[in-house]
Amino acid sequence: MAHGAGGKATAALIEGLLVPAFASPALDELADAGALAVDGAQLALTTDSFVVKPIRFPGGSIGELAVNGTVNDLAVAGARPLALTLSLILEEGLDTGVLRAEVDAIASAARAAGVEIVAGDTKVVERGHADQLYICTTGVGRRDPRARLSPAALRPGDRVLVSGPIGEHGTAIMLARGEFDLGATVESDTRPLWPAVDALLDAAGPGLRCLRDATRGGVASVLNELARASGVALLVHERAVPVNPVVTGAAELLGIDPMHVANEGVFVAVVAAEQAGAALAALRGAGDGETFARAAEIGEVKTEPPALVLVETAFGGKRVMDQLVGDPLPRIC
Amino acid sequence: MTATVAARRRVRARVDGTVQGVGFRPYVHRLARELGLGGSVGNDERGVVVEVEGEQAAVAAFLARLPAEAPPLAQVEEVRVHELPARGERLFAIVKSARKGAAAALVVPDAATCDACLAELRDPADRRYRYPFVNCTNCGPRFTIVRDVPYDRPRTTMAGFAMCPACQAEYDDPADRRFHAQPNACPQCGPQARLIGADARPREDAVAAAGRLLAGGEIVAVKGIGGYHLACRADDARAVAELRARKRREDRPFALLAADLGAAATLISIGDAERALLTAPARPIVLAPRRAHAPVAAAVAPGVRELGVMLPYSPLHHLLAADAGGPLVLTSGNVSDEPIAFADDDALARLAPIADAFLVHDRPIRTRTDDSVVRAVGGQPLTLRRSRGHVPASSRLPRPAARPLLACGAELKSTFCLARGGRAWVGHHIGDLRNAATLAAYRDGVTHFERLFAVRPELIAHDLHPDYLSTAYAHERAERDGIELLAVQHHHAHLAACLAEHGERGTAVGAIYDGAGLGPDGTVWGGELLVGDLRGYARAGSLWPVRLPGGDRAAYEPWRMACAWLVALGDGAGDAATGAGAADADPPPLPPQLAGRVEPRAWAAVARMAASGFAAPVTTSMGRLFDAVAALCGLRTHCTYEGQAAIELEAAADAAEHDAYPLPVTVDGRLDARATIAAVAADVRAGVATGIVSARFHRAVAHATARGCARAASVAGSELVVLSGGVFQNRLLLELTRAQLSALGLRPLVPRRLPPGDGGIAYGQAAVAAATDA
Ligand SMILES: [Fe+3]
Ligand SMILES: [Mg+2]
Ligand SMILES: [Zn+2]
Ligand SMILES: [Zn+2]
Repeated sequence: MAHGAGGKATAALIEGLLVPAFASPALDELADAGALAVDGAQLALTTDSFVVKPIRFPGGSIGELAVNGTVNDLAVAGARPLALTLSLILEEGLDTGVLRAEVDAIASAARAAGVEIVAGDTKVVERGHADQLYICTTGVGRRDPRARLSPAALRPGDRVLVSGPIGEHGTAIMLARGEFDLGATVESDTRPLWPAVDALLDAAGPGLRCLRDATRGGVASVLNELARASGVALLVHERAVPVNPVVTGAAELLGIDPMHVANEGVFVAVVAAEQAGAALAALRGAGDGETFARAAEIGEVKTEPPALVLVETAFGGKRVMDQLVGDPLPRIC
Repeated sequence: MTATVAARRRVRARVDGTVQGVGFRPYVHRLARELGLGGSVGNDERGVVVEVEGEQAAVAAFLARLPAEAPPLAQVEEVRVHELPARGERLFAIVKSARKGAAAALVVPDAATCDACLAELRDPADRRYRYPFVNCTNCGPRFTIVRDVPYDRPRTTMAGFAMCPACQAEYDDPADRRFHAQPNACPQCGPQARLIGADARPREDAVAAAGRLLAGGEIVAVKGIGGYHLACRADDARAVAELRARKRREDRPFALLAADLGAAATLISIGDAERALLTAPARPIVLAPRRAHAPVAAAVAPGVRELGVMLPYSPLHHLLAADAGGPLVLTSGNVSDEPIAFADDDALARLAPIADAFLVHDRPIRTRTDDSVVRAVGGQPLTLRRSRGHVPASSRLPRPAARPLLACGAELKSTFCLARGGRAWVGHHIGDLRNAATLAAYRDGVTHFERLFAVRPELIAHDLHPDYLSTAYAHERAERDGIELLAVQHHHAHLAACLAEHGERGTAVGAIYDGAGLGPDGTVWGGELLVGDLRGYARAGSLWPVRLPGGDRAAYEPWRMACAWLVALGDGAGDAATGAGAADADPPPLPPQLAGRVEPRAWAAVARMAASGFAAPVTTSMGRLFDAVAALCGLRTHCTYEGQAAIELEAAADAAEHDAYPLPVTVDGRLDARATIAAVAADVRAGVATGIVSARFHRAVAHATARGCARAASVAGSELVVLSGGVFQNRLLLELTRAQLSALGLRPLVPRRLPPGDGGIAYGQAAVAAATDA
């Protein structure tokens, strides 16, 4: 079953099985977090499970991912993360040193993201029934009144921004898993995104149309979801997309497109053309002024062809960038 | 007197095939009158219906001559005769079309200038002397100018040209060669050629000026029938090099235009089959062995032994080829892998950086069509690309479709196919659907054909591959219009296409060799021995599975397959189920032939991928085995166009070498090419020439294929063996394999009118869908 790679198969599973079963207007939006109002307080709620191999990788570990993944789902829904709950599933016999390191990673990531861990649970399962350590986190955030985010808001002419160089998390994991030596290292980009979202909301206000966390399936998946949800075309300028050379090299070796590679600290934003310049400047200066310095405008919203994402290549040709069903399968016959 | 009455005979003849819009009714009219017959001729939705009455002998003569002397563009597939009582009719008339129900094949392919029009073109006394758009019922543009049906001038791109009285008179006269010739035109009323970017000299027309520029070494963009070409003198090394640089086309061979058969004969060896192909109304590019002293620059076709040559297919090209004074490169008007330009504004914008001047005209092109490409194998045509001149002629389905259907094809050399009943319309070569403009042309092409041939699909066939954009289109249509879907396995479609083309309904063995097609087991197939028919198939064997490191990347970097095969060789502990070598074995050392061309670090990483299977799916691809051998020889490590390594490996083969490498076929039908690779590596190490290695390798594959097929055939109880898939574009492999099969008493069957490559997939899917939907 190819349902884990964040592509079309996952989308089919979610839209075909899960959404109908739990019918709710919040779920129909298929955003990264659900919205709800509690006695007038505008809240956002999200939950995520983390399964990664290896659990420690260059630039991070599963504990850090478990915090950042969930706070980022809140952030791209336009909500300031407030608190998390934490559930640990441990494989019997897990090394206590490993566990301690992950608990420390969770604690420091939560501090960095400005959230509290307010509840938790731990289960131990028989050896072989889990692979070392799984983590589930649930996050609650306060929806920011400046945020009016929806793919339905996309208009021809809007600009597409990306918050930094793409493909680093997935590349770090793949290189670690395949034990490749490329003569250079690449680290996961796992990081909290709220500071960047905060800066964008300030600079663009209602001109900020939509945000998406480019996790599994990479930037390509997110853009395709947006194009399909809004019925517009998205045109990406290949040369404008920030990619570090190590990522490009690894992607060439493995025969994948960096646009399909997972990120854990990169979002895609669609901004009205008039606000695009200010938004990009604010994004680049967000946080410590370095983390998002390589944010870039990578494309724009068009009308034709509807619901498709196109990439303009260096030669000026336009190619279709689609979402894969699962792992990339060869097509050259 | 009663004897005379009894001798009178009346028949109704129903003529099926390509018989509308090709001057068939006036032809019948002339023939009936010549024989002194009464009766009538008319079109209906299925074809032409004739009734004739007269002397017994005259009616018999009429029926004999009717198919034999049909106009050049007509294709009579069947004449069914029905006896009627004589009623004494003595006059013959053309009756108006009574059309109800679905339209049949009214739109026919574009056809090369006929001899009569050519004579007018060259006759200074004729009113169409040097008129680049002369045509008649027997020739000229058709499919490329049709906007809608019924096929009448207002629904073609000739709509904007009102006929002058002289042209109108021809058009209205049933005895005239131009009776109902929709694109009929002359210099007074028809399209005009124009030169952009340079000036014509006094008393020089636009075509003559373009010819002069070409003769002077310049690059001219030329608007033809199906799109824009880029032209330059083929014998001008500087012009050819300049064209390659501007077009960003590194090595892929350029096609050539020769003024006539004599000029073509200086370029390629022309046998009877080549002559027939070169001069056919379709005027395809014909691939044939190049002559030793062919007057063309080396850069026209580097690394190959053939040249692709076509003869002029329109009056404009006749004039231009003559005026340019030597063979021309005539290559698609595009940059790199973009589709050929055909809309004027787009062409001017895209080709401006490439062309020094433009030879254009004001007759719009409705549908882009590329040049068709063929080659003769064993005296018979083998179609490599089916487009201009062949589309939209219909093909038969041996098992008729119960419901109208659409088959969506593959992805890279994509075509589509519509079918209704026993008739299938395969669309023009569309190309790589990943290109946005090509995808738009595909979508437009499908709906255009649905309108032209009145097919409303109730069933859609597509490939198993989930990521082909043709599969995505199938799903989109199915969802939008509520149509049922059928997934057809890629290699079964290749097999079925060949069977259907030859009208075979029975079971056959198929050796289907190509680059990649998804198997039902989720692995990447491409070297398959199948047993099957139009309805179903079973896998009877395959190439030994190895890993495809980096997926499609490997198709452009043959060295990766050399690495994967060496890993599979390993210490002999490889596993046919997973395609992996021994995972903990040391990576194979970088072969000396690849040193300096492949980075040792990349080699080590790819070896690791091949051993572990990480980012390296299991494949039985025959195309990639050819790549591996080409790389091991040091012939090619990186490709600049798809299939380059295999093409160059074939070109290198030494015809005088008759040995073959071992290639055992295991009891479960695996072609264990590990032994072959080991032998190749040993020969290369020993300094054996590449030509010898290539020949021994080709022979090994041919022998093993024949042995594998023979075994499968005896189990299946069939002597029919289909050879198809893109790898069989390889003439040497195809001829060797056919000879082997024939020697074993088997009957080899090869696709002829549809490509063995993925251009034939849509038709195969349609054949399978029709057969299973009964
Ligand atoms: Fe194929
Ligand atoms: Mg998530
Ligand atoms: Zn003619
Ligand atoms: Zn006229």
